[in-house]
Amino acid sequence: MRALLLSVMFGTLVGISASVGVFPSAALAVQPDEVLDDPMLEARARELSKGLRCLVCQNESIDESNAPLARDLRLLLRDRLVAGDSDSEAIAFIVERYGEFVLLRPTTGGWNWLLWAAGPLMLLAALGMGALYVRGRADAAAPREAGLSPDEQKRLQEILKE
Amino acid sequence: MSAYTLGMITELGHFALILAFLIACVQSVVPLVGAHKRWPGWMAVAEPAATAQFLLTAFSFGALMHAFIVSDFSLKLVVDNSHSAKPMLYKISGTWGNHEGSMLLWVLILALFGAMAAWFGGNLPPTLRARVLAVQSSIAVAFFAFILFTSNPFLRLVVPPFDGQDLNPLLQDPGLAFHPPFLYLGYVGLSICFSFAVAALIEGRVDAAWARWVRPWTLAAWIFLTIGIALGSWWAYYELGWGGFWFWDPVENASFMPWLLAAALLHSAIVVEKREALKSWTILLAILAFGFSLIGTFIVRSGLLTSVHAFANDPERGVFILMILVFFTGGALTLFAARAGAMQAKGVFGVVSRESALVANNILLAVAAFVVFVGTMWPLVAEMFFDRKLSVGPPFFNFAFTPFMILLGLILPLGAMMSWKRGKVTRTLQSLLPAFGLAVALAGLVWASQTGRSLMGPIGVFLGVWLVAGSVTDLLGRLGRSRNLSRLLRLPRADWGKLLAHSGMGITILGIAGLMAWQEEDIRVAQIGETFTVGQYELQLQNVEQIRGPNYFSTMGTVSLLRDGQEVALLHPEKRNYPVAQMPTTEAAIDYRFLRDVYVVIGDAQDNGGFVMRTYVKPLANWIWGGCIIMALGGALSLSDRRYRIAAGARKATTPVQGIPAE
Repeated sequence: MRALLLSVMFGTLVGISASVGVFPSAALAVQPDEVLDDPMLEARARELSKGLRCLVCQNESIDESNAPLARDLRLLLRDRLVAGDSDSEAIAFIVERYGEFVLLRPTTGGWNWLLWAAGPLMLLAALGMGALYVRGRADAAAPREAGLSPDEQKRLQEILKE
Repeated sequence: MSAYTLGMITELGHFALILAFLIACVQSVVPLVGAHKRWPGWMAVAEPAATAQFLLTAFSFGALMHAFIVSDFSLKLVVDNSHSAKPMLYKISGTWGNHEGSMLLWVLILALFGAMAAWFGGNLPPTLRARVLAVQSSIAVAFFAFILFTSNPFLRLVVPPFDGQDLNPLLQDPGLAFHPPFLYLGYVGLSICFSFAVAALIEGRVDAAWARWVRPWTLAAWIFLTIGIALGSWWAYYELGWGGFWFWDPVENASFMPWLLAAALLHSAIVVEKREALKSWTILLAILAFGFSLIGTFIVRSGLLTSVHAFANDPERGVFILMILVFFTGGALTLFAARAGAMQAKGVFGVVSRESALVANNILLAVAAFVVFVGTMWPLVAEMFFDRKLSVGPPFFNFAFTPFMILLGLILPLGAMMSWKRGKVTRTLQSLLPAFGLAVALAGLVWASQTGRSLMGPIGVFLGVWLVAGSVTDLLGRLGRSRNLSRLLRLPRADWGKLLAHSGMGITILGIAGLMAWQEEDIRVAQIGETFTVGQYELQLQNVEQIRGPNYFSTMGTVSLLRDGQEVALLHPEKRNYPVAQMPTTEAAIDYRFLRDVYVVIGDAQDNGGFVMRTYVKPLANWIWGGCIIMALGGALSLSDRRYRIAAGARKATTPVQGIPAE
């Protein structure tokens, strides 16, 4: 029954996203009955659940989602925290069951270092090329008059005058 | 109206679409050959063809809209996406609230931009104009073919049903009704820049005049993208029920990457226009900006990134768009590789100069777009090459993307005031000292008065104030020594545009920082009549009623919002159910104020008679979208600057103008 429900939901979500490309589902997320009595523990649970993906939604965290599976995950996470798990232990517990797909913040392991380093590496490369270009312009000889015809020269002057 | 005439209009719309496709085919070949052989007659085909193509597409779109308005349920598309009881606004917006109709809107805008280039391009050199229109039309050919062969909106049903299946209720909303058209105007507006870039590569030359023709189109596309993205973000804020405004969803990223590149293009075209440098880079940006629009379309239409399943469901469409993407981007880049060497820079400038600052601006914007791109595509890469199913979500993007925006904000006021050719850092710094002091002081004040020790708030306040105050300093600096304020109004509109656009970015940053750093949240079960406190406010749930709307049922609460015992507002949060689409939606009730929003959501009834209530106090929320609107206004002011009107209009106007160079 649940599998059927999930596939129906998934189908609807995919349908919307494919047709208009919006972020679906009206969320009510965390329900009052889930909230832990200990505010410190609850704050930790909220923070952690913002980094865990709702498996049946498009791109929502379990903190935002109102899907039944997200609720199960929120309760599971809270159970682990109440049982005394540290943050990383609780996350590891969930990753072990659901795979690294649940992590909204990907790990740095394996080839993932490339994902994390892509921005800084590209910035370095771009800065290097930019610096070379700027140096080149600073050292360049006085501009040569390229082949503008007299007519075009006149047009250009007209435009530049404005 | 008889069923017969109804059918006629729809069939004529279908026929017009096919005719437009044929005209586009002609327009993409004949002027190109004409320009190559210098045959004026062949080149002259472009203009009437562009006009005809637009009129036919407009008729076709009009026919489809007509079918939605009169609820013609013999059309499959209308059955799938409309309902006779739906309000008129959403019958109309239903035209583009689905795949087929939105592609028709896409190509309509493409044809519109082509036609506008034909109408206003009177002062372009004839060969350039013919080539621009031909390239533009070749894009249209691809999309007409896509619509006709894979996504035809005019498919009929043999046995029409009595009523339709309704539009997704989430889309029945004024904000979202206009979000796609604006976004498409932006995406597709970049196609003209692409066509100009490819035409310039074919011509083998780029000069200041070229940049002056391209810049208004880029500006227009960027304005529409800004508004479109802001509308979408605002819609998510009030409709999704917890006031999130940006999710780093692939679909959002798809619109954000072209925006970043359009912003970069906007600035690099200034350097080409004023200093005849950065030419080949500007061409490359123009190609990439539209390339990313196509990638965006591909991501959204194929469903590739949101779910592999959807892609497998409809491989035909995905593959078709992928082919369009590869053909146009790949073809243009090949042409670029072959021809870019011919674009010689002329302007000479020092290492410290406005030119260098604009190079830095371009580096930061382009690398930021690259980070978004890598993050968006990484799950696919990981699955294909490393056999890992993983997610890249908001925590990654917030961490990897934000530093670039902070850097950009830091250098912006400095770069904006730097002199052309050769600047002095110390002098620029000196004039910006008051702005810097103000920003530090306000950030310090915020740091001291906030309870948590989060850095996000103070950093955001510093950047926001620095941008706004720096932009004002820049504008005042344009007055020169005289400090005669009455001259302010006589400054070129482009100067005011620059002030507004840059301040708008500051205001958006302030809003984001305020919302993310100081939001308060409350979740509880409230009984009717119960009063509870959230931050400085008290809320009382007065009653809950069942209401019947035109095509939905609603559970509507009445909540009184009090501050210091005084009622500030009466709010009506709703939970709606749309029976035809079988979908619930939440309608948050929001008390919008200048400095904060109070955001109230009502949830399910509980066994004990209470209702789940979620309440948020969201400081500076409106500033996020207010800043976007100000940015867009700045762009519009810049666009209306005299020199573009003159560049685009008659060439005879040579009235002497005061010698203040426009930005």
